[in-house]
Amino acid sequence: MNQILEKSIFEYSREGRGAAAQQPPALVGAGAAAAHEAQSALPAALRRRSKPLLPEVSELDVVRHFTRLSQLNFSIDTNFYPLGSCTMKYNPKACNQYAMLPEFLARHPLAPDSQGQGFLSCMVELQEMLEEVTGMKAVSLNPMAGAQGEFAGVAMIRAYHHARGDLARNEIIVPEAAHGTNPATATMCGCVVREIPVDAEGDVDIAALEKAVGPHTAGIMLTNPSTLGVFERKIQEVARIVHGAGGLLYYDGANLNAILGKVRPGDMGFDVIHMNLHKTFSTPHGGGGPGAGAVGVSARLEPFLPVPVVGREGEAYRWLTEVDRPQSIGRLSAFMGNAGVLLRAYIYMRMLGRSGMSQVGEFATLNANYLLARLRAAGFDLAYPTRRASHEFIITLRRQAKELNVTAMDVAKRLLDYGFHAPTTYFPLLVPECLLIEPTETESRETLDAFVEAMVAILAETETDAAKLKGAPWTMPVRRLDDVRAAKQLELTWKPVNSAA
Amino acid sequence: MAFIPHTEHDIREMLAVIGAPSIDALFDEIPAALRVQGLEGIPEAMSEMAIARLMSERARQDGRPLSFLGAGAYEHHIPSAVWAITTRGEFYSAYTPYQAEASQGTLQLIHEHQTMISSLTGMEVANASLYDGGSAVAEAALMAVRAHRKSKSLRILVPSTVNPNYRRVAVSTAGNQGLRFESVAYSRETGCIDPLALEALRGEDLAALVIQQPNFFGQLEDVDALTDWAHSAGMLVIAVVNPTSLAMLKPPGEWGTKGADICVGEGQPLGVPLSSGGPYFGFMTTRLEYVRAMPGRIVGRTVDLEGKRGYTLTLQAREQHIRRGKATSNICTNQGLLMTAATIYMSLLGPAGLAKVAESCMARTQQLQSALCRVRGVRAAFAGARFHESVLLLDRPAAAVLRSLEAQGILGGVDLSADYPELGPALLVCATETKTDDDIERFANALGVALQAARAA
Repeated sequence: MNQILEKSIFEYSREGRGAAAQQPPALVGAGAAAAHEAQSALPAALRRRSKPLLPEVSELDVVRHFTRLSQLNFSIDTNFYPLGSCTMKYNPKACNQYAMLPEFLARHPLAPDSQGQGFLSCMVELQEMLEEVTGMKAVSLNPMAGAQGEFAGVAMIRAYHHARGDLARNEIIVPEAAHGTNPATATMCGCVVREIPVDAEGDVDIAALEKAVGPHTAGIMLTNPSTLGVFERKIQEVARIVHGAGGLLYYDGANLNAILGKVRPGDMGFDVIHMNLHKTFSTPHGGGGPGAGAVGVSARLEPFLPVPVVGREGEAYRWLTEVDRPQSIGRLSAFMGNAGVLLRAYIYMRMLGRSGMSQVGEFATLNANYLLARLRAAGFDLAYPTRRASHEFIITLRRQAKELNVTAMDVAKRLLDYGFHAPTTYFPLLVPECLLIEPTETESRETLDAFVEAMVAILAETETDAAKLKGAPWTMPVRRLDDVRAAKQLELTWKPVNSAA
Repeated sequence: MAFIPHTEHDIREMLAVIGAPSIDALFDEIPAALRVQGLEGIPEAMSEMAIARLMSERARQDGRPLSFLGAGAYEHHIPSAVWAITTRGEFYSAYTPYQAEASQGTLQLIHEHQTMISSLTGMEVANASLYDGGSAVAEAALMAVRAHRKSKSLRILVPSTVNPNYRRVAVSTAGNQGLRFESVAYSRETGCIDPLALEALRGEDLAALVIQQPNFFGQLEDVDALTDWAHSAGMLVIAVVNPTSLAMLKPPGEWGTKGADICVGEGQPLGVPLSSGGPYFGFMTTRLEYVRAMPGRIVGRTVDLEGKRGYTLTLQAREQHIRRGKATSNICTNQGLLMTAATIYMSLLGPAGLAKVAESCMARTQQLQSALCRVRGVRAAFAGARFHESVLLLDRPAAAVLRSLEAQGILGGVDLSADYPELGPALLVCATETKTDDDIERFANALGVALQAARAA
C-alpha cells in the first residue's frame, strides 16, 4: 500500500484552471439564440450568486489525485479481506465489463419495455434463478441494499396480517445476536422489537421463544447460519412454534453464502427472505455500496411484493406495476432498484451455473473450517468450540484482554501491518473481544496459511511485545485515529488550513 | 470450478487438518431432511467467452434510440476518466471503511464529496449518500419529523409538482411509522405550486413542506417565497434539487430569509449512467444543528496518534449497528461507488464546467420547446422559467404519438396522462447538453409525422 498521504483535491485548485475537454462546446446559431432566450427568462432572484466549492483542476490532476487515493485502500483485489458477515469474495471482472455494455448503460429507466427486451430477459431469468436457489415462490429485485430488503420483508409481513384483519400483530422477535439492522428495520416498519436469548451453543433458546410468541407476534427475523457463525439446528422447531402462533418467518440472507446449493430457506420454512447480492452473488461492495437486496416470498406473500417486478407475457417481458399488483407494499426506489448491480449478479450466476452454485457453499465452509482448525491449534479460543463453522466463525480474545490487556481491536489493527484486512470486530455484541472471520470460497489455501502465520505471530507478540499491538498499525498511511476527537470537534467538510481555527 | 482455486490435493489436506472425511461431512449439523437435492432450475455454467457473447446479444436487443426522456434520470456526457478510476479494484472491491487506517482513500474521497455537495447545495454538512432520489425524500421526511423541535406533527406537504414516484417511495417507506403525505395543487398557468392552495393550509400543524426545484415539470418554483411561507407557518423546508442545475440556480441554503433545512436529491446527473434506473445515489445535506438527526454514514477529519491528519467514520451513535431499534434509519450499505463517480465528475467539471453543462441543458430545452411548438397541434403547457424539461400539450393521445415516434427511432418523452390526467394529452420532454441541432430537428420532424398519422387514423 501507498503510505504517502495525498493532499486534498481542493489544494490542487487554481482559479481559472479546468478540464476543457469535458465542457460542452459553446452554442451557435439556434442554440445560442435559445440560450439567450432562456437566460433572459430566468429571474435574478433564482440565480446562484456564489461559486460552488468545486476544484478547478486539470484532467491529469483529477486522474492522479483519485488514483493515489485509491492506493490508500485495502480491497479484495489487493488484500485478503476476511470481514465476517460481509462475504468479501472475488468480484469477477467479467461481471463488471458485460454489465457495462453501452446499450445497458444508455437505457433510460422510463424507456418502453419494447426498448429493453434484452435487459428485461436478464431480469426475469435472475428472478427465476433466485427463486430456485432459495426455494421461494416469487422474487422482487427492487430493494437497493440488504437493509432495504429487510424493510420490504417486514413491511410485507405487516401488510399480510393487515390484509387478514389481524391488526394486533405488531411484535417482531429477533435473537439477541441479530445484526443491528433487524431491530432498526422493525422500528421503521412501525413494529415493536422483542429480543430473545440464544443458548450456550448458539441455538435459539426454544423455551424463551415459546414464551415470547402469542397473538401479538407478527414474525421472527432469523439469520441462518446465525451471526454466531453456526447453523441454527432447531430451525424446524422454531418454524413450527412461530407458525403455530400465527407469525411468519423472515430470513435475513446475510449469510446465504454458507448454504448456497446445500439447503434452501424456503425448505426451512421461511415465508420471506432478502438476499444480499453484493455478498452471495459477488457484486461489488464499492467502498460502501451499491448493494442489492432482492426479496423472495412464499405464495401467500406474493401479492405484497414491492413493485415493479418483471413478468413474462408470451415471448415478451414487461414490468408489472401497482396496476397489476394492487396489494403491493409499493415502491422503494424512483425506478426499479439497482439495475446495473442486478446485471452483475445475473452474469455471476450464469458463469457459476448449477454445479458452481453448490460449490460456493461447500468451499466457503471448507475454508472457514480449515481456518478454524488451524487457529484453534495455534492457541486461539473459539466462541463456540463444540460447533462446526459455517462460512464464518468467531474467536474471542477475552483471555488475552484480561491477562495481557490486549484487545480484539489491537489484534485487528496489527493484522493490517501484516497485509491483511481485519476480520469484523466487536460483532456480534454477545461475544466479548471477538473477531468474526469469513474467508470465502475464492481464497486459496496458501492465502489462508499466510493469514494463520500472521495470527500466530501476533499471538506471540501479545506475550512478548504487546506495545507492537497497542500502537498498531505502524505501516499504514496513518497511525490509529482519534475517533473521539472526530466526533467532538466536527470537521465534516474541507476548509483551507489557515482558516481552520 | 469457477473462481474457486482449490486443487484435489488442497481439498484432501484441508479435510485432514479439519479431521472431516469429506466436504459433505461439514454440513452434518443441518437436518438431513432439509438438504437440497439439486437445482434443476439453474442452467449449466458458462465460460467468460460464452457469457460475453450472450450479454452482447442481449444488449443489442435493447438498441440505442435517440432519447428525450427525463423525469428524474438524465442523459449527460460522462468523462472517460470517471469510470476508468471508479472501477479501479481499490475502490470497486473495498467495503465500508470500518478499518479507517486501511481505508483512507475511500474516507478522504467521501470527505471531499461532503465538501462539494454541501457547497453546491449551500448547506453545512452532507452524508456519504442514500440509495436514490426517491428514498432520499423518504429519509428527509423522517428526519424532518425527528428534527422538528416545536411540532410533533407527522404530516408532510408534498405538492403535486414533486416527482410522483418520490411521493410513492415516501409513502411506502415512511407510512408505516405514521407519516402522512398530503398534496398541494399546482397552478395550471405556471406549472408551479399554487400559492392560494398553500395559503389555505396556514394554521394547520404540519412538520415540513417539500419543494422540488426545478419541479417535476421542469418549471422553476418561487423558492424564496415558498421557504419563507413554510417557516412562518412553523414548518421545516425539505428541498429536492437537481445537482446540475445548482451550478446556475440559487442553492437551497440561500432560499428565502433562512434557507432550506434539509436538502436532498438524485445524484445520477453527476456522472452516473442511466442504466435502466440504477444504481444511482441520493444525496442529503443539512444545517450543522440537525446533523445528529441525519441518517447514513458521515466522515469526519481527525488526527492520528502522531498528530497526522486522517479521516474516519463519525457520529456513529446515530446508526443501526450502535443504536439498533433506536437508530435514525436502518441504512448501512449505501451507494458508495456512485458517490465516488460523482466526486470525480464534479472535480473534472469544476464550477465553470458544471455551469456550462447547466446553461447548455437549459438552452437546448428552450430550443427543443420552440422547435416542437412550431409543429401543428403542439403547445407548451406552462409559462415561466424552466430548467431542462418542459411539458407539451398535444391534440392527439400521447401514447399513440409516442409509439409512432418510437417506430421512428425516437423516445419522445414521458406520457403524463396517468399521473396528471387533468392536462389531457401531455408529454414531459427533456434535452440536455448531449442534444444537437440535428437531434432536435429530427424530433420535430418525427413529431409532425406522428401527429399527422394520428389525425389520419
